[in-house]
Amino acid sequence: MKALTVLAIDDSRTMRELLRRALTDRGFEVEVAVDGLDGLEALERSEPNVVITDINMPRMDGFGFIEAVRKGEVSRRVPILALTTESAPELRQRARDAGATGWIVKPFDPEKLAGVIRRVAA
Amino acid sequence: MSDDLRDTFFLECFELLEVLESGLLDLSNGDAEDPDDTIAAIFRAVHSVKGGAGAFALDGLVRLAHKFETVLDAIRERRLQLSPDVMKVCHSSSDALSDRVKAEQSGEPVDEARETELIAALSALLGAEEEEDEDASLGGFTPLAIDLPGGDGEQDAGPIALQIDDPEPEPEAAGFKIEWAPNAAFFSRGGEVTRIIRALATLGDVETSCNGEDVPPLDAVTPDAPILRWVIEVATDVADEEIREIFEFAMDDGEVRIGPIETAAAAPQDADAEGQGSPGVEPAPSAGTAPIESPPQTAAATPPAAREMPMEREVAKESQQKKSPPSTPKQTIRVDLDRVEQLINLVGELVINQAMLAQRLDGVDMPHDQAIIDGLDEFRLLTRDIQESVMAIRAQPVKPLFQRMARIVREAAQATGKEVRLSTSGEWTEVDKTIVERLSDPLTHMIRNAVDHGLENGEERIAAGKPSEGVVTLAAAHRSGRIVIEVGDDGGGINRKKVLGVAIQKGIVPADANLSDAEIDSLLFAPGFSTATEVSDLSGRGVGMDVVKKAIQALGGRTSISSRPGFGTTFSISLPLTLAVLDGIVVNIAEQTAVLPLSNIVETLRSETLEVKSVGSDSKVVLVRGVSVPVIDIGVELGFREPLTTLEDKVFVIVENHEGDTHAMVVDQIIDQRQVVIKGLEANYGETKGVSAATILGDGRIALILDVDVLVEDSRNLNTPLAMAMTG
Repeated sequence: MKALTVLAIDDSRTMRELLRRALTDRGFEVEVAVDGLDGLEALERSEPNVVITDINMPRMDGFGFIEAVRKGEVSRRVPILALTTESAPELRQRARDAGATGWIVKPFDPEKLAGVIRRVAA
Repeated sequence: MSDDLRDTFFLECFELLEVLESGLLDLSNGDAEDPDDTIAAIFRAVHSVKGGAGAFALDGLVRLAHKFETVLDAIRERRLQLSPDVMKVCHSSSDALSDRVKAEQSGEPVDEARETELIAALSALLGAEEEEDEDASLGGFTPLAIDLPGGDGEQDAGPIALQIDDPEPEPEAAGFKIEWAPNAAFFSRGGEVTRIIRALATLGDVETSCNGEDVPPLDAVTPDAPILRWVIEVATDVADEEIREIFEFAMDDGEVRIGPIETAAAAPQDADAEGQGSPGVEPAPSAGTAPIESPPQTAAATPPAAREMPMEREVAKESQQKKSPPSTPKQTIRVDLDRVEQLINLVGELVINQAMLAQRLDGVDMPHDQAIIDGLDEFRLLTRDIQESVMAIRAQPVKPLFQRMARIVREAAQATGKEVRLSTSGEWTEVDKTIVERLSDPLTHMIRNAVDHGLENGEERIAAGKPSEGVVTLAAAHRSGRIVIEVGDDGGGINRKKVLGVAIQKGIVPADANLSDAEIDSLLFAPGFSTATEVSDLSGRGVGMDVVKKAIQALGGRTSISSRPGFGTTFSISLPLTLAVLDGIVVNIAEQTAVLPLSNIVETLRSETLEVKSVGSDSKVVLVRGVSVPVIDIGVELGFREPLTTLEDKVFVIVENHEGDTHAMVVDQIIDQRQVVIKGLEANYGETKGVSAATILGDGRIALILDVDVLVEDSRNLNTPLAMAMTG
């Protein structure tokens, strides 16, 4: 079975590294991007099965990224999970309104995260 | 948790703290180009610190960062005005956050009381707004340590939400029947019916049927329109939470009904889908109903959505080529410092080799060949470019260093009860990494000195017609191949009468000394000099500006002072761009070639213009403008020759050691002044007294780089300390 590829977008190096390790250890291929614009570029290069994006980022934030993906032609159907420390429902809703498939609350439990990814990428 | 990830986290924290500090500084100085951007950036910085801290279960850090973040968020959303008072709390919080990060890294205790106080101050800023907000946001933010499995693949998952073997017995163990009508939102969020069905298929056999009654004529069909209703039966014995989990993100985007599979007789009321019935029973085909094949069990069998639309993808590719790529952020790599040093060494060799080659070819009678000449020229330029590029690897802006000074100013201001503002310029000036690191202590001392001694107190300032807030300036600039850093204050200037009095009292200069203003000012650098009449908590006693001077000299730098009564004082540091090269003069001594560092040299004088006097049996002094300067014959010191009877036809290089004492070094001839690449000697020869390093000159000769401090020290031990050095 081919490994699922996850694109993880976060401006924090620590967070990117955490995601990368948590996911590679669970059998995913992981690509990373540092902000929304970088993420869009990554989407043009490759076809991840799932995208995980942080919300607060410089240049282009998570909302902007999700909207751009949904409006764009490339990979517009890719599942996107918004990753944020805010568990506040209104931010979740904003991410959903922008077109996020789902959300993950930081700090995440890697096993649960992997489960959510497998589900949305099935 | 693996240590290197922790290191990454702390490294990133410090970077984020720099962003925070510089942002706050820009905001308080009004230097922020776009204050909203700056506020957003500092919010993100604190937010990221909190995010990482949460992952490492650093609860204390999370608590502080969270509170700080909440305040920054309020500022960002203009619910809280960025008044000077708010700014002050932000600065303190930034300092406390920095302390907390350092403490978490080193495992040392933090000043909990101070932190608690700050958190209270932050809460006070939020006022009433916080009460409602607090529980929800922090409550939702439960720090949870992530336990990453190691390389051996051990899956220590910690708390797992999926209760695989939930013992709750389901009477209808046959499975679940799901009636589902996704709406447009489901599709707009990247939802795919097939994905959901595939996910369900991982739980057991799936029977799916679709009601296509609402399907419009083909020309009215849009891919995202919610026109199909689905009935999905899953033969499984899992708990219904697992089914619900699969629909977690789809629940709100359409109608979902999940129930146990019933007997064929009991058809659902509203869904007129005919696909009901027990698994295996082929639904009766009827108008508008199309049986859907059960999807394969594995997720990988079907490519992702984008691949299902080849046409769309081709269009996408085309538009992608037309579009210019968006600018990427600066990419960086981390390189072992040893490798960089090795590279710098090799480039040093290259530069020397190039110079040697050029010099040799100069002396060769060669047929004129323009191609060769051009080639050599190109080689020279390339070599220079390579050297500059390699040096640039080690170069770092002084900004982080300057930012640390902002805190020093704040602390010094608090300790002295003065109002002080720091104004910086030239933060982006780049200096060798090693130099930046070693500047921290001297600058700290100079800044404290400026606040403590340079600035008057508020009343004195107002009496002098100045604003009560004093300004300390910190500036960096490139000037003729060197870095100049200035620490200035707009205080009362140096009280020269007082300085001279102290110097005389301490025996630094004789009571009848007649010194110029500049000479008096430079007394501040004299060892043991301190004008603080009472022991200051800040600048402390025993650590004077002489220590600063020593530190700067160790970096190949020079220090100077300028002061105007009533207008303030400026201390200047001039530094080489890198420690790998040195500005020096190349001299001949007893047929040996040596280099004297320019940072030590005051002036050079020819012997015939000067009067040399013998002092005692084998010591000499030379009178420079009426002042006796001890003579050191380097040739003798280094054992190149016996003491000379006469110093005629020699050159005196007047040098200053780190203590500010001047000596006259005797050399035979000055060849030229140039930049030389420093080559360590220790590896081959061990430590050699009076020699700090060596260099290879363009003609291939090896020249020793002399250590003025050691030479002076040595000559003192040999000679009777009769000639007391006097500055000037």
